Amino acid sequence: MKIKLNIWKQANAKAKGKFEKYELDGVDTEMSFLEMLDSLNEKLIKEGKEPVAFEHDCHEAICGCCSLYINGHPHGPGSETATCQVHMRSFKDGDTITIEPWRAKGFPVLKDLMVDRNAFDKIMSAGGFVSIDAGQAPDANANLVGKIDADKAFDAAACIGCGACVAACKNSSATLFVAAKVSQLALLPQGKVEAKRRALNMVAKMDELGFGSCTNTGACEVECPKGIGIDFIAKLNREYLCASFSESE
Amino acid sequence: MSKLDAKIPEGPLAEKWSKYKATQKLVSPNNRKKLDIIVVGTGIAGAPAAASLAEMGYNVKVFCFQDSARRAHSVAAQGGINAARNNKNDGDSVDRLFYDTIKGGDFRAREANVYRLAEVSSDVIDQLTAQGVPFAREYGGTLANRTFGGVQVSRTNYAQGQTGQQILLGSYSALKRQVALGKVKMFGRQQMLDVVVIDGKARGIITRNLVTGEMERHAAHAVVLATGGYGTIYYLSTLAVQSNASAAMQAYRKGAFFGNPSFIQIHPTCIPVLNEYQSKLTLMSESLRNDGRIWVPKAEGDKRKPKDIPDEERDYFLERRYPAFGNLVPRDVASRAAKERCDNGFGVGKTGLAVYLDFRDALAKQGKKVIKGKYGNLFAMYEKITGEVPYETPMMIYPAGHYTMGGLWVDYNLQTTIPGLFAIGEANFSDHGANRLGANSLLQGAADGYFVAPYTVSNYLADEISTKVPSTDSPEFVEAENEAKAILDKFLSINGTQTASSFHKRLGHIMWTYAGMQRNEEGLKKAQELIGELKKEFWSDLKIPGKTDEINQELEKASRVADFIDLAILIVNDALNRKESCGAHFREESRSEGGEAMRIDDKYSFVAAWEYHGEEKEPKLHKEELKFENVEVKVRSYK
Repeated sequence: MKIKLNIWKQANAKAKGKFEKYELDGVDTEMSFLEMLDSLNEKLIKEGKEPVAFEHDCHEAICGCCSLYINGHPHGPGSETATCQVHMRSFKDGDTITIEPWRAKGFPVLKDLMVDRNAFDKIMSAGGFVSIDAGQAPDANANLVGKIDADKAFDAAACIGCGACVAACKNSSATLFVAAKVSQLALLPQGKVEAKRRALNMVAKMDELGFGSCTNTGACEVECPKGIGIDFIAKLNREYLCASFSESE
Repeated sequence: MSKLDAKIPEGPLAEKWSKYKATQKLVSPNNRKKLDIIVVGTGIAGAPAAASLAEMGYNVKVFCFQDSARRAHSVAAQGGINAARNNKNDGDSVDRLFYDTIKGGDFRAREANVYRLAEVSSDVIDQLTAQGVPFAREYGGTLANRTFGGVQVSRTNYAQGQTGQQILLGSYSALKRQVALGKVKMFGRQQMLDVVVIDGKARGIITRNLVTGEMERHAAHAVVLATGGYGTIYYLSTLAVQSNASAAMQAYRKGAFFGNPSFIQIHPTCIPVLNEYQSKLTLMSESLRNDGRIWVPKAEGDKRKPKDIPDEERDYFLERRYPAFGNLVPRDVASRAAKERCDNGFGVGKTGLAVYLDFRDALAKQGKKVIKGKYGNLFAMYEKITGEVPYETPMMIYPAGHYTMGGLWVDYNLQTTIPGLFAIGEANFSDHGANRLGANSLLQGAADGYFVAPYTVSNYLADEISTKVPSTDSPEFVEAENEAKAILDKFLSINGTQTASSFHKRLGHIMWTYAGMQRNEEGLKKAQELIGELKKEFWSDLKIPGKTDEINQELEKASRVADFIDLAILIVNDALNRKESCGAHFREESRSEGGEAMRIDDKYSFVAAWEYHGEEKEPKLHKEELKFENVEVKVRSYK
């Protein structure tokens, strides 16, 4: 099939970007979306033109590299799907596909469809960990973890740090990302000791880095490729409120 | 004179590591803050090593080519991580994990390293759990376990089908904590271009900042490579598309020996190649073989739908050929058995290059809910890629390139033949022999990172406490940078007609055809010829757009492909040299009457460590003879 592409091109972080139009023939429905972009780039290089910069790595929706805003949706069509799992069978002959980078103050564009998501690392450094050195760990069965809590913690921990939640949010809030980590660790006995500091510090860092506030629209939950729910935001709010009342730091 | 000394401590096997720790040289806490360490790679070996060394007080600089440390490909490991905890009261022990690993590796691994791996396995699980890794639990709150291939106990810990993600994120969070404490300095989006060796010791690296394109020089007292494996040599593999061999090849060219390069694991359960555009194959975890049964129709070319084929007309070929282990034979055995069926015309699917992995019986016995709890994400992933629902129809699977047992040769200290240059995790060759057991890769990476490198790197650094970090203006740094830059400029100046990816694809095809699941002398010689031609073409007809001083993804690819081509030559050399079958290395000339791999112990019971001798010369082979003092070396049988 033949498709039309409308792709954001931007030379670097400082340059002004704009949409470029491309046409691509011979697109097979069995191609993945990323393979379609690969074939576009092969064609552009052979024509002596500049290829489109975009990020991808594992192709299994687990590394969180891919970050395309396709036809108005982070990671394109389909629920609980990352860009690398989108196939061209979701489109039809003659379609125009618009591809943009994540748009958020916290994620500046580096080039074309690549953005800088370093802010997530900074939020993690603010408290997304358990303070335990190698060698200090007690036996893994010393602290029993109920199956329900372990499973719930896993659901939160499934976050791949792609940033779709931020891209989907009208406030560019990173609340779902923070909520997932805070909830995971608050649900486990290992994370409880530092739960209060963690909630306060991660939220403060998120605010400091220019992410907006959560107004409970739920867009993040809809677009999250791992299906992380906003019940974790409720859990974060609870953790945060309790911590605000009790922590004196 | 051979430089190969594995430095294995004296004494009984079970006491070697304790004795090492009790007698090694130490660095006092006051001196640690004067010492700098570079760690390259942030996967399940690199992140724990960097975090743990920083926790001890060293200054650590960490490099990765991704934007964030969390994206290293360990994140995609699915099934689990082994530990000899005997949680199931089913006869597991350190000795048993040691033996299973040695046998699984077809008696081509070093006993002392493997024993240490088994010894620290339980500590690894404790450490990860303490970091908040949500391992699967029983209702009573204790760790849940499952079984992997090649063993008869349940010792695998897991977090659904995302174990790698969970434990990597645990290590990543430890790393982020050290970043916050100022002990780790993180350098993301940096591609390593060379190791800098001064007076015979590794003293730093050259990198390219992938955002600005600037070359950078970084100096330290020691360099730890945790840069993973090179399964992407086949182009289509289960690895992330950017996984590469470049750091290992740079070390090799600087004098680090390369161990057993031809030992590459082909994973039996991957989604088959679907079309010619494909850039990546997807693994379906080995854990699925706990409940899935592998079969093909008994009749050649049977085109009926799988559900229409009655049981008596199905050939459960693994259960038939290997009754003791059944569907849970090791990966190399399962892969070859599937290939054998398909080569003889019994394969299924459009291409005939697939076999069924069927959950019908498990679903009937355990119910959909239980199966979903164990493999939900894998079933969903399969459905997204193929459009078929494994709850209703069997999966179709076929082997694909996966894990590299080969890697930089290291001694018991995990130090390469360049003093001060360490290689950990999949980047080294050490623990898996000729075939890796399932759920041992996460274990080895994490064990090296958390509990081995912190001791052995300290042992090395104890003699470096009065050494100043060399100036990055020293001639060795300048020269290394100039050479690296010259190669990048060369890529851009060729201005030919073919893209880096197209070369990679062709290289992968050559390697899969002649140096894949089965190898023979004639094919390997053919591969040598074809790779030689491809190399010439690469350096004369490559087309790389853009410049060096900007984000240039094609330039990054070109560096990787150039190194893959050189590594392919080395792999083929090694495969030609080893005229026996062992583990994943199957030489058609060396098989038993039953068609199984046949080792030739009196000739090939050694690690092949290759030394670089310049572009134009053949590499030199050094042999580390393997001594088995604690196990009886016998024919590996899973029947």
